[in-house]
Amino acid sequence: MATIVVQRPKLKWHEKLFISTLFKGLKITVGHAVRNIRSVLGGGQNGVTMQYPEQKWDESLPEWYRGAPALVTDEHGRERCVSCQLCEFICPPKAIKIIPGEIPSDDPWAKVEKRPKEFEIDMIRCIYCGMCEEVCPEQAIYLRKDYAITGESRAEMVHDKAKLYEIGGVRVGLVNKWNELK
Amino acid sequence: MTLILGSIDITLIAVTLAKIVGLTFLMILPSVAYSVMIERRLSAIIQDRVGPNRVGIPLTLLGFKKDFHLWGLFQPMADGLKFLLKEDFTPKNVNTFYYWLAPALTLVPALLTCAVVPFGSELDLSFLGLAQPVKAVIADLSVGPLYTFAIASLGVYGIVIAGWSSNSKYPFLGGVRASSQMISYELSLGLSIIPVLMIFGELNLGKISALQDAHGWLLLPLWGDSAPWSNGGNFSRWALFIPLMISFVIFVISMFAETNRLPFDMAECETELVAGYHTEYSSMKFALFFMGEYAAMIIGSGLAVTLFLGGWSIPFAPLLSQLTGLQFHFEAGHTPLWLGLAHIVTFASKVLAFILFFVIIRWSLPRFRYDQLMKLGWLVMFEVALLNVILTAVLMWAFPLN
Repeated sequence: MATIVVQRPKLKWHEKLFISTLFKGLKITVGHAVRNIRSVLGGGQNGVTMQYPEQKWDESLPEWYRGAPALVTDEHGRERCVSCQLCEFICPPKAIKIIPGEIPSDDPWAKVEKRPKEFEIDMIRCIYCGMCEEVCPEQAIYLRKDYAITGESRAEMVHDKAKLYEIGGVRVGLVNKWNELK
Repeated sequence: MTLILGSIDITLIAVTLAKIVGLTFLMILPSVAYSVMIERRLSAIIQDRVGPNRVGIPLTLLGFKKDFHLWGLFQPMADGLKFLLKEDFTPKNVNTFYYWLAPALTLVPALLTCAVVPFGSELDLSFLGLAQPVKAVIADLSVGPLYTFAIASLGVYGIVIAGWSSNSKYPFLGGVRASSQMISYELSLGLSIIPVLMIFGELNLGKISALQDAHGWLLLPLWGDSAPWSNGGNFSRWALFIPLMISFVIFVISMFAETNRLPFDMAECETELVAGYHTEYSSMKFALFFMGEYAAMIIGSGLAVTLFLGGWSIPFAPLLSQLTGLQFHFEAGHTPLWLGLAHIVTFASKVLAFILFFVIIRWSLPRFRYDQLMKLGWLVMFEVALLNVILTAVLMWAFPLN
């Protein structure tokens, strides 16, 4: 059996009596305090903490940030979603609820046949995993960079179709969801 | 009956009541709240955090556009309110009587000790019709430090009873540790002030402060009778500076242990005992423990300041008086009101400096192990304090005071 003998550091008498160690500790803490106070007096901030509602990090969010899922339209204003319900089935917390609807034959996009009559995402349930985006064959649902999803009731936290299109906006062209542009 | 009623000095009672209310409720308790605030903000600054900086005046509740945050200065009010409004939960298996008694037994002794600490010199209240100047101390006892130690050591009962009555392992261990720690450090605490008492030959804290005001603080012997250039070349006070410095260090370390502050907070160390003796307590009962700890800290600082750092005395007061022509030094019965107030402010700022020191030490040092604590108390501090008394005696014999 391998025995590892840990070498304890040899302490000097002043270290054993906590005299020099006390000043060592004080040097670190007071050093930090002085640095922070000088930074605050110089108009800076304490450490790296950001003051959230005033200071935001939105412009530095990474490209792959997973915020609220939303539906997008294409450049003609057509809903990309064809209500295949794959996202509804894959959604791990079952946050998505889709009621498919038929596109009437007099519609210019009658050829697409289906679009969601209702599309609801319960943002209390959503875990921002991005599986809906991954599974969507029509590239209609994307995770955007909105993260401050708040509401005063459960009903408010359910994003309906109008809200989802409002967040999502327009995606122009054939958007390949696997490329750099997402 | 009328004779008895007539012999009662109404003014004295009124003045004493005003002092008690003024000191405990207007000075100690708010400073307890704000030392918690200082603790939180300073620890945040030390650890590169921000700390509570939001609570201010909630103007939005009154329909205004923006809150006024005041750098979080209202945080103690929010904390206090939270403590008052939380559920006061008494666990089922505790010994209810002692469980309810313990928080009071912690806070009350801590507040009682402030009775003898002189928080100022004299207040000349002749404009209110008081002939005699009012001494800025609640009880001008001639056994000041003894009274303080006697009452302060009662505080451990609160902790022990809390630990015992909670009927739970962690509080019990906390209570046991607190009592042994208190006994160990009480000795060196008491011994460490004996050199001070030997030099002054006086146990009245007010008079000790007055003497330091006139003849130099114990740790700043640079004017009056203690400075060699003004007392005819007598170096005795400078020679005594060495044992006094040792005394001061021992006093401060013992005070840390007495008030259960880090690095000696064996009674409530979170990493080992959850929260120690107050694990089972909630809401205002917990707050009473908290207040007791901080009040003990403030009053301990007050005592250290009074004994070693001149109490309410303004540094270099007699020299300042000579230089400016204004009166900065204390003269019994002839202290103007502004100087009395300045003395109170001086005392408060010295105590504040001490609290800052307490906080910085807390966030700089790791906690002692229990055996290290006992070893330090019994094998180092006690002996050093005892030898220090002898050293003082020898030095006083070798360099007699005039």
